[in-house]
Amino acid sequence: MSAPAFDVPVVTIERSGFLRSRMIRRLLGDPLGLLGLLLVLAVLFCGLFADWITPYDPFKIDVPDRLQPPSLIHLMGTDSVGHDLFSRVIKGSQIALIVGVLSIFLSLAAGLAAGLAAGYGPRWLDNILLLIFDTIYSFPVVMLALAVITLLGSNLQTIVLVVVVFQTPVYARLVRTSTLAMKNSEFILAERSLGAGAVRILARHILPNIVGPLFVLGSMDVPSVITLEAGLSFLSLGIPPPAPSWGRILFEGYSRIFDAPWIVVAGGIPLIITTLGFTFLGESLRDMLDPKLRRVL
Amino acid sequence: MAADSVLSIEGLSIEFQTPRGPVHALRDVSLAVPRGSIVGIVGESGSGKSTLSLAAMGLLPENATVRGGRILFDGADVLTMGTAQLRALRGRRMAMVFQDPMTSLNPVLSIGAQMTDIQYRERASAAHKRAKAAAMLRRVGIPDPEQRLDNFPHEFSGGMRQRIAIAMGLLGSPELLIADEPTTALDVTLEAQIIHLLRELRREFKGSILFISHNLGLIAELCDHVVVLYAGEVVEQGTVREIFHGPRHPYTEALLVCDPARIDAVSRELPTIPGDVPNLLQVPAACVFAPRCPKVFERCRRERPGDHAVGAAQSARCHLASA
Amino acid sequence: MVMYAIQRVGLALLICFVAMTVLFTLVYVIPGDPATIALGPRATADTVARFRMEMGLDQPIPMRLANFIGMVLRGDLGNDLFSRRPVATMVMEVLPHTLALIASGLGWAVLLGIPLGCYSAVRRNSLVDKFTAVISVGTISIPSFVVGIYAVLIFAVELNWFPSIGAGEPDDRWDQLYHLVLPAFSLGLGWVGYLARIVRASMLEVMGENHIRTARAFGLREPRIVFRYALRIAILPTVTLLGLAIGGLLSGTVFTEKVFARPGIGQLVVDMVASRNFPVVQGTVLVTVGLFVLATLLADLVVAWLDPRVRAGL
Repeated sequence: MSAPAFDVPVVTIERSGFLRSRMIRRLLGDPLGLLGLLLVLAVLFCGLFADWITPYDPFKIDVPDRLQPPSLIHLMGTDSVGHDLFSRVIKGSQIALIVGVLSIFLSLAAGLAAGLAAGYGPRWLDNILLLIFDTIYSFPVVMLALAVITLLGSNLQTIVLVVVVFQTPVYARLVRTSTLAMKNSEFILAERSLGAGAVRILARHILPNIVGPLFVLGSMDVPSVITLEAGLSFLSLGIPPPAPSWGRILFEGYSRIFDAPWIVVAGGIPLIITTLGFTFLGESLRDMLDPKLRRVL
Repeated sequence: MAADSVLSIEGLSIEFQTPRGPVHALRDVSLAVPRGSIVGIVGESGSGKSTLSLAAMGLLPENATVRGGRILFDGADVLTMGTAQLRALRGRRMAMVFQDPMTSLNPVLSIGAQMTDIQYRERASAAHKRAKAAAMLRRVGIPDPEQRLDNFPHEFSGGMRQRIAIAMGLLGSPELLIADEPTTALDVTLEAQIIHLLRELRREFKGSILFISHNLGLIAELCDHVVVLYAGEVVEQGTVREIFHGPRHPYTEALLVCDPARIDAVSRELPTIPGDVPNLLQVPAACVFAPRCPKVFERCRRERPGDHAVGAAQSARCHLASA
Repeated sequence: MVMYAIQRVGLALLICFVAMTVLFTLVYVIPGDPATIALGPRATADTVARFRMEMGLDQPIPMRLANFIGMVLRGDLGNDLFSRRPVATMVMEVLPHTLALIASGLGWAVLLGIPLGCYSAVRRNSLVDKFTAVISVGTISIPSFVVGIYAVLIFAVELNWFPSIGAGEPDDRWDQLYHLVLPAFSLGLGWVGYLARIVRASMLEVMGENHIRTARAFGLREPRIVFRYALRIAILPTVTLLGLAIGGLLSGTVFTEKVFARPGIGQLVVDMVASRNFPVVQGTVLVTVGLFVLATLLADLVVAWLDPRVRAGL
């Protein structure tokens, strides 16, 4: 790549294969990061292969077997209609991952576009976008989600929509900062004087520097999205049943907390594992990328 | 020598622990600051000048290890002092002016607050301390000092901040003022003003000054004695007259030749000293300047030179001086 | 300072206006008849008609917006679709409980987190520092409602030390406090770790700066350096963060109030969502936005008061 390495505040990444293998070696040396990686891989595995690895059909009702505590037959016990909780938990990982990955991916894309527009486009556009971002920030996210759900009902699309609306400004701001910093750098001015168009500058110089850190940031936000969905499901306002969202399991289990406490344990454990895993991994990656990001994030 | 020196450094060696191994920043450094005089330390970046000044104040960073030597302030070894003892010295008997005026003052406290804070050991009223601060500010040339005590550092220019730093340094009437490259961050006109100020103040304030710089011209103007530092070693020292008119170490000679202010001949190229300052991860086996010395000979690469007296107060660490 | 305050308040008001507009237009952004969409296909014609009237759907849009903003400014947040009670009254009835929860949740997080962070920075790599670092990451990531549910499981169900339901007897302060313990604990736990980390990082950075070295060079005593010279600067990002924390807590109370069956605006909103009672939802969300904007405004003003550089516009 012919572009010289920039010292851009906040987002910088050197593009070299050497760095990536060094990253992997450092990751292996960091116990928490390694643990995080393992947990994330476990969740991904469950999500991808859920339909093959569940010991029972997660939707199968088996009333005679209801409310069984954990045993060798039912690793996490059964709920009030006889579902095997372990199978539901594994199936739930699919939901979590779909919601998490899909919404973050869309938010990243939207944030990238908005940030580039704000940073590189005309001043008035920047001001308007900033005002919109600031306004979105002023809503507590769950409140906004509830308002939208009241109107649109609770389903996957609504949740994804809310996440995208809320997360896009976060990424857009980051992209905007880098874009602004680079836009006025001497190097870019030189390119423009040579006749390079906006698209070329964006694609060849600005984009490659941003993509890496954005990706790391996005992956660190996946657990909050999963948590949001779980919370909404706990309120019976998330992905509708019979989808075995972990939040739904928590909801069902909470009313039974006195006589069947294992149900809430089953619902909460995967959430804890997922959030811890992504957080440990994300922190490791971020420290490797640029310890200075710690302050910004 | 020790009797009438306010600061006496004997055989000081300091190492820094780094991920790549120990860096031998200062090796067997000896110098003295006689009472009432101004001693200049001149050297390039990386020569160890700042390390020396921080060591004298006991402000070395955590990864610094003292490998040997003593730093005697008025006869007492600073290196063996406890925190309380050091604190008693600092700001009162020994004070420092730092290099970068933009970052060496606390940004959220007013100048007045900082200047009264450092007088905390005095039993006087707040008003008295404030008045003393204002008087000192006036002395260093800050106009309207009573008002300006309530201003914050960012409301002053770089030159004024450095004056404030000098005022703070002199507030406790210290016996020794260490000025670590006080003018490096300022432009030439401001530099001249600061040097002029220090010269004036020195007449009134009866203490000594240890003035550190890479600029030979400033040293010549201000100082009585000069210590030439290269790569962590004192290669030559003496009175200003001795050093500037009769340098005996090839490095000092080269420095003088290369000083742009002293160049008379018109030419296309500026004289330089070829080569680089050595990497101090390896202690040089023989003379530290040998790789770059224009007068190097075989003995230089084999045997480390000692300090040889070559004048009334002058000494040079060079084999050539032993003749 | 006054100039800065005026500018900052102006921005806050602007954001409030835009937020009101957004909430207002939410109903119209969806294609189709807003009334049926909002109320669902099973709504009765009566409810639909009342919704249309309540939301002023027969008038041109700019007029409706102006009306709406005018109403809000007068303290009228509309009426409940079914009970016709004023939304403002409904919110005011339960708001104190939510405020108590947020205050106690953030309060204990601040009282524990900031000193922990400070200590960790001054005694780096000590046992306390390392322990705090590991625990922080864990508590930060676990969702607060999960903490709440497990707190109920352990402390209420198994150990029976604390109650798990409600806010306590209305006239009994001690009973109310007793009922606040578990909810405040679960709401604030994540923030303890987060605050500790931010304060630690901030302190370490500030302590490494040149002006601290100058303070030492003048022989100032260590406690004075840590508190007056370093913490005063290091605390600034934390203050800003606390303002933002209110937003996170307002979100969190929705779940916490459900877990502990506490009255509050979270509980109110959730109940209304289920019955698709949009005016109440809209009014409540508006109130939370107002609280959040106020919190960040206060945080920014405190920072400006503490840091003269901000006042100077640097």
